[in-house]
Amino acid sequence: MEKKKISFQSLKGWLYLLPAILFLGFFMVYPLIDVFVYSFEEGYNSASQTYFGIGGYNYSYVLHDNYFLQAVKNTFLLVVITVPLSTGLALLISVGLSSIKPLRNLFQTVYFLPYVTNTLAVGLVFMILFKKTAYTDGLINLVITWFGGSAVDFIDGPYWAKMFVLCFYTIWVVMPFKILILTSALASVNQQYYNAARVDGTSKLRIFMKITLPMISPMLFYLIITGFIGAFKAYSDAVALFGTNLNAAKMNTIVGYVYDMLYGDSGGYPSYASAAAIILFAIVLTITCINLLVSKKNVHY
Amino acid sequence: MEVILQNLTKKFPSRDRKKREDVIAVNDFSFAIPDGKLIGLLGPSGCGKSTTLNLISGLLKPTSGRIFFGEDDVTDLPPENRGIGLVFQNYALYPHLSVKQNILFPLENLKGKDKLSKEEMLEKAHEAAKLVQIDDLMERKPGELSGGQQQRVAIARALVKMPRVLLLDEPLSNLDARLRLQTREEIKRIQQETKITTIFVTHDQEEAMSISDMIVVMKDGVVQQIGKPQEVYDNPTNLFVAKFLGTPPINIFNGQVRGARLYIGEDAVLDVQGVADQDLYVGIRPEGFLLQEDGPLRADLRGVEVMGRDISVISGHDALLGETIRSIIGTDNKVNLENATVRFALKPHKVFLFDKKTEERVQFGF
Repeated sequence: MEKKKISFQSLKGWLYLLPAILFLGFFMVYPLIDVFVYSFEEGYNSASQTYFGIGGYNYSYVLHDNYFLQAVKNTFLLVVITVPLSTGLALLISVGLSSIKPLRNLFQTVYFLPYVTNTLAVGLVFMILFKKTAYTDGLINLVITWFGGSAVDFIDGPYWAKMFVLCFYTIWVVMPFKILILTSALASVNQQYYNAARVDGTSKLRIFMKITLPMISPMLFYLIITGFIGAFKAYSDAVALFGTNLNAAKMNTIVGYVYDMLYGDSGGYPSYASAAAIILFAIVLTITCINLLVSKKNVHY
Repeated sequence: MEVILQNLTKKFPSRDRKKREDVIAVNDFSFAIPDGKLIGLLGPSGCGKSTTLNLISGLLKPTSGRIFFGEDDVTDLPPENRGIGLVFQNYALYPHLSVKQNILFPLENLKGKDKLSKEEMLEKAHEAAKLVQIDDLMERKPGELSGGQQQRVAIARALVKMPRVLLLDEPLSNLDARLRLQTREEIKRIQQETKITTIFVTHDQEEAMSISDMIVVMKDGVVQQIGKPQEVYDNPTNLFVAKFLGTPPINIFNGQVRGARLYIGEDAVLDVQGVADQDLYVGIRPEGFLLQEDGPLRADLRGVEVMGRDISVISGHDALLGETIRSIIGTDNKVNLENATVRFALKPHKVFLFDKKTEERVQFGF
């Protein structure tokens, strides 16, 4: 009797979970497994659903593909530059925001604007700001020449200039969310800790390093992890700035490479795309594990 | 260190936009706190006692008035230069630091000639920890400690710099009843051992009475009475102080003086000399009642509560302000519950008269 009751209970539980399980199963778990399987099927043809054999050739092809290596390089540069910079800047701005009183709400709104603005629209604006055409040098170049520099084409010019624009754009886009999270984290630190520190004559810097930072460390850590993952998944930003032919612009990212392998002009290779996707997955997993290990020592919940 | 408050006043701007008047949190507070004593600031919530403490600590600046620590005028000094230790109501222990790091924190802030070596710091931290008996918990995090232990850590952190004045903001309010009893003895002991002038804030009159050398009773920012706990209890200056001190609380009646006799209802209960004929409030402490078969004060008997040490007789009276008269009498008295009325005689020194308008004490001879 007792046993039956329990199984009925758990049946009910499973019933409640069913919609989510079905949904996740069809659209997440099954494709994940499928991608993994594709990545080992050599010469898979999606039209005829046939392949020659099973092995590691797809990985070897992808890893020797110059476009892929360029994409990996771009992605890593993007991650290494934008994650620390955007998090640091966001922290700076949040600390500033929480220590001013007049117009704080106005500033908070201004800083949040990029978050609600459409990526492609913003990309277009950036292009107009940075692009150098036959008719005009663009606004940024105008400023550079004012200060005695020479104009650079940031959109079709040298690699470093394009990378600069991409990083700048990425930082600008991801900052609002970080600022939002950090300002609320800062606001939730109990004022009494600051009072206690003040009574003990603690310097401003020491208060920040020894009290504020540890107190908001869980939020900071969350932002760093999601920042890493987000930057590794970057794609639309590059498209917004440099158009769809990213390989030609040498501005492709790993996700962009996967997309191009599937649907791009040189596309139609689901096996290569799957292999690249799995490699990306492995990279993100490794980085996240490292993050978690580091955080064990430095994050105080 | 003697702490002198001179005409201390603190006003806050009103939050209510319609009313432009400032809120006066502390109004013209003058008092010299003698060196090495334990002082309790006592009052209902919102009476300005915490504001007073924050003014002494320097976390708030007074609107007017001066504060002296001994000879030094500290009114314009920031908190860190006043040499105070402050224990917050919720302790404000840094949760990510161990007990040891918490206690070391104030020492690590010292700069210049006051700077200590690592060994000196550790030694001082251990001394402070030993004083509050937490030296075996040094490696724990505050989250792993009980409320009482956290309280001790907070006191140790406040004491480690050997402050001139120790300030405690509602130090016992977050503890359970038993721990509260224990900790208040502890605070008394620590204060006596260190001989640091200590000021603590509480709304619990029992707490203040039990450990303070002197208590300051406040209401609406104004000091009502200052004195030794027993003196204030035995000799309240006004109705508020009389009502605020004592458990069970004092019983208040509407009374009259006619021809130097005090009447409660129709009963002439006491001879009062030197008081003009008038209506007034009569306050009688619970222990001021004597059970007597021919006693002058008649009350409707409602019940008896036996509390072991003594019994409390619950009764009612038409002239009473409040629900019931609670009188405490020795256990050797027998109350016959069959009777509808109970009769009391009164101990004159437990009876206080207060003016109807000003609520100030009216003295009488007996």
